[in-house]
Formats: sequence, structure tokens, C-alpha cells
Amino acid sequence: MSMIISFLSATVQAGTPLLFATVGEIFSQKVGNLNLGLEGMMMMGAVTGFIVGYNTGNPILAVIAAALAGAAGALIYAFLTVTLKTNQEVTGLTLTIFGAGYASFVGNSMVGLKLADNITAFYAKTPFPLFSQIPFLGDIFFKQSVFVYFSYFTVIVLGILLYKTKYGLNLRMVGENPAAADASGINVAGYKYFYILLGGALSGLGGAFLSLVYIPVWQENITAGKGWIAVALVIFATWNPYRAVVGAYFFGGLDIIGFRLQKFSIPIPIYIIDMLPYLATIAVLILMSIKRSRENKAPASLGRAYFREER
Amino acid sequence: MKKVSILLLVLIMVSATILGCSSNTGNGDTEKTVTAGFIYVGPVNDGGYTTAHDNGRKYMEEKLGTKVKTIYKENVPEDKGEVVKAIREMVDQGATIIFATSFGHMDGVMEAAKEFPEVKFAHCSGYQTAENVTNYFGRMYQARYLSGIVAGMKTQSNKIAYVAAFPIPEVIRGINAFTLGAKSVNPEVQVLVRWTNTWYDPASEKAAAEALLAEGCDVTAQHQDSTATMVAAEEAGAFSIGYNTNASKAVPKAYLTAPLWNWGIYYVKAVQEVIDGTWTNTPYWGGMDEEIVGLDTLTALAPEGAQAKVDEAQKKIISKEWDVFTGPIKNQTGEVVVKEGDKMLDQDMLSFDWFVEGVVGTIPASN
Repeated sequence: MSMIISFLSATVQAGTPLLFATVGEIFSQKVGNLNLGLEGMMMMGAVTGFIVGYNTGNPILAVIAAALAGAAGALIYAFLTVTLKTNQEVTGLTLTIFGAGYASFVGNSMVGLKLADNITAFYAKTPFPLFSQIPFLGDIFFKQSVFVYFSYFTVIVLGILLYKTKYGLNLRMVGENPAAADASGINVAGYKYFYILLGGALSGLGGAFLSLVYIPVWQENITAGKGWIAVALVIFATWNPYRAVVGAYFFGGLDIIGFRLQKFSIPIPIYIIDMLPYLATIAVLILMSIKRSRENKAPASLGRAYFREER
Repeated sequence: MKKVSILLLVLIMVSATILGCSSNTGNGDTEKTVTAGFIYVGPVNDGGYTTAHDNGRKYMEEKLGTKVKTIYKENVPEDKGEVVKAIREMVDQGATIIFATSFGHMDGVMEAAKEFPEVKFAHCSGYQTAENVTNYFGRMYQARYLSGIVAGMKTQSNKIAYVAAFPIPEVIRGINAFTLGAKSVNPEVQVLVRWTNTWYDPASEKAAAEALLAEGCDVTAQHQDSTATMVAAEEAGAFSIGYNTNASKAVPKAYLTAPLWNWGIYYVKAVQEVIDGTWTNTPYWGGMDEEIVGLDTLTALAPEGAQAKVDEAQKKIISKEWDVFTGPIKNQTGEVVVKEGDKMLDQDMLSFDWFVEGVVGTIPASN
């Protein structure tokens, strides 16, 4: 039993960076912008958060800096794709390369350095009052870092924003039909900018979770492809932030289950386990096209620039 | 027309002067510069494996001074096409000896060696050679044995975690040597192995370490290029043996020591041979006696008396009176594989595919 709890608790940790990045990308895609630069924005957030944390010793400032760095990356992307209307895929890919280069360059002198003890103590696992008393679930979800609690909070707030408020309706409209949104007086470019930047900030937080909480010693390429997994997760979650929670923990769990299974010498090659998240994504894609439910589909204008003159 | 012919005349005169000069200096200057190229699998600042190689390159530059010029390329994937491409670039820039530093660069090196028969290649940790290709490595297992002594004395639970990259002979040899070292001071010890199937991925390495710590390990060792295993150990209040580089700054509350590389020793030797024209394709496998491998200074966290035990074993290895894989050595089922007094041959060590007694874990069948 304790082995299962330890595994599931580790799953939540492994899934948290994915969760931040996935929810961020969902909002970017909901306003019609496919941002493949997740990996780059995560790295920018990770390195900036680490440097600020290292130099100021302040855990809150570090997180804010990470979010701002992710948003700064997204700003480059937003300016190019929304204002200059460049190709979204290519712009996103270059952002990934840019972010990786930025992290290597800025983090060069930080390699092997460790964050101050007060930061690691701040982000160490702390039981959440009351909730941690719940048997089983409390041990898994409420004996985590404050950063993890913040991810729960973020998902709930953003879920309400998306489905229960006027702003959520507007932002979905921008992604589905920007011309109609424009005609009804919604500031299309404004919405796009805001939610692309929000997506970047969340990706930056995902990166910061890795560098501030998970491995508080700076190293090169700390994200190691997590941004790409998040891109697949958006589809897996069918653009729904609540389902992203399930997806992120599922993918996170598959990421680490191999190490737990080796104990039992099960003759499954680790490569098969590594394949599972992607097989699951393909399965979801197939299911989606069979069900043809409108709610589960990609935003209609996803990937296309909006030209007002072409209405 | 007149102007053009004057211009031509001037050009001819100038070029003749330049040619004359250059042949003159060529005769007078007997010392030639060798360009050495380095192909790295990771970034030079990975703080681990590639940093160690790059320190070796710098050491060689310092030792040989103006006789050598070095160039390097980072993040060259273990992919044949990419390696060949990197080598072509380096040959274009005048490289006459190229060091490929990762196991997976082997196929690319063998391919490029056919294309450039006049260039010399040295491939790290591989096993193929050709007229102009050699390979080089160090007897890291000797330093791993010493680190095993420290870990074996430190553990209270008698369970040591070993986070390992790939099930290849190099890694298996390291695990076996480490286990023999640990068992030499603590016969009860068990070494639990987890494969990550990556040389460098901090998050995976940490997840593997956490799985082992959850099983009761209180000391970790690693054949990985990042510090993530040690971070996991420190968080769990356990202790750690590093690899490649000193990690006392990264994990001050966990770091005991680490087996270290000193590649510069070989790089100086190989390039000097190219300069002298004595280079051959004989593989190099240096040990602790040549200082290409060694154990880091023990920290204050290391158990009392460990230094004496380490020194004792180190002396025996350096004097060559004894080596790590000297019998009797049993395999996991308790069967004696190396008889008392026998020393394992190099070729057997280079193709290790079984674990010694005390290792808990399996070697996945190779494809």
C-alpha cells in the first residue's frame, strides 16, 4: 500500500510541470493560436526563475520572474503571429529553439549551483491543513509542495473563467470564429495577446516547477522534451483544462512507472512504456473523430491568422 | 587595354613575391600545428560527462601550447548522419585528428574514416578499429571499486541505490566493480539497480532514484551525467556517490565522493604522437596508475576509516599486484565465474553481460 501511495504521490509531482504547460497551451489554442514554443517558454521560465531565486533568495520573486519570462517568450510569438500574421507552426518552432538557446546562454554560469535552503524549504512537501487527513487521497494530493497546490488552484480558477464567465465565452468565440467575434465588438487581437501571454506565463511556471522544486540544482536541458508532451496532452485533454489534470497525471505516471516496475522484473521493454502516452493520444484523436462532438473539437480557427479585411 | 595588361603584370609580380615568401618561411619553419577536433554528445557545460572531456581538451591545449589548435562541436547526437556531418565540417577546418567522445558516435566515425583515410580518429568507449581509427577509454571500474568501499561503509540499511543509464558492458562493469568494492567492506550489502535508458535526463534520473529510495536505500550511486540522483538522495536524507565531477556545492548534505575522469592525460599523449608521427591505432585503456581515472577527495560526510581502506585498495591497484576483477567472483546465482587467483581478461571485461553477487536487478535482453 505504501508503495502505491509513494508512486501516486510521485505521479502528481511528475505531472505538475506538464499540467501547467498543458493548461497554458489550451488557453493559447482556445483563442486560435497553436504555439509549438512550449518547450522554449518552459526553459525560459526555468532558467529565469532559478537565477532570480539564486540571486535574491526569495521563492515568490523567483516564481513571478519565471512567469514573466514565459510570458516574454509568448509576447515574441504573439507579436509575430497576431500582429505580423506569420505562420504559427514555424514561429512556435523557432521560439523553442530560441528558448533553449537562451536557457543555455543565461544559465551557463549557474550549472551545478544550488538554490538557497530557504527556497527548497519553502517548496518542500508540506501537508495541506485538514485535507491531508483524508485517507489515501490526502496522502497523494495534499502532502505536496505549495507549488503543486497552486496548480490545483490555477486549474479551478481558469476552468471557471473558461466555462462560467462572459470572458470565457468571448475567448472561445475568438478561437472558433474571429470574424463573428470582431463583428460583435470583441477586441480579437487583445484577447489573442492576453491569452497567448497567459499561456506563456503558465509554461514558464511549468519550467520553474522543475528548476525550483523538482531539481533545485541548475542543469542544462532541464525540461528534456516535456513541452512536446504537453502539446500532445492538449489534444488528449480535448482542450478541456479539467481533463488536462487527468491527462497530465496519466502521462506523468507513465513517465515514472517504468522505474517502479523494474523491481518486479516484468519482461516489458521500457520502450513500450515510453510509447504508451503517444499511443493514448492517437487513440483519443481517433475517438474524437468518431464521436464528432463539437465540444471536443479543436477551435475552428486554430492555426489560421485572422485578417480583418478578408471577412 | 593597356591598363588591363599593366594590372595583370602587377598581379603576376605580387603573386610571385608572395609565393616566393611563403616557400621561404615553409623551409625555415619545421614545427607544424596540429588541429584536433572534438565531438561532444552534450553541451560543454553539462557539469558532467562532456564538461570532463572539455576540461581534458583545455588541459591538452595548455600542455602543448602553440603546437596544437583545437575545435569542438557540442550536442552531436548519437546518429550516424549527424556524426559524419560534424566530422566533414571539422576536416574542412583542417582537423587531422578527431576525438569522438560518446559510445553512439561509433558508426559515424567508422563511416567517415573511410571517407577521410588521411585523418586519424579516436573513438571513446567503443570497440571497433580501422587503419586510421583507434579507441580509448579509462579503467573507470577501478575508481568505482573505491567509491563502492565508501558506500558500503556508509550504508546503515545495507541497501545501496544505483541509477544506471544503459545495459551495456561499460555500465555493467561499473556496477559490478562498485558492488565488489562495497562487499569488500560490508558482505551484507545489496546494490539495487534501475535503468533509465538515457545518459542525461534530470527528471527521469530523479524519478528512478526516488523509486529506489522508497525501497529503503540510504546511499545512492549513479552512472548518469546529471546531479538529479544526488538531489533525490539529499531530499530523502540519504547520501550519494557522484560521477564525473565534484558535486559538493550542489548537494552539500549528501555528497560523499565521486569517481572522476581526467581525459587530458590521454589527449596530450595522442596529439603528441600525431605531432611526432608515432601515432598508431592501438586502443588505449589507461588505469588509475596513469591518473586518467581517480576518486575525488572524500568529504567530511564519508565514514570514519574509509580513507584508509580506499588508500589500501588504491595502492594495490596502482602497483598492479591486484585488480578489481580478481577471483573468486560469483555471479548473481552464487556460481563462481572467476576462479580464485584468476584475473579477468580485458576482452571479458569489455563484453561484461552478467552481474556479480550482491547486485539486485536484471540486465534486459539486448535486441
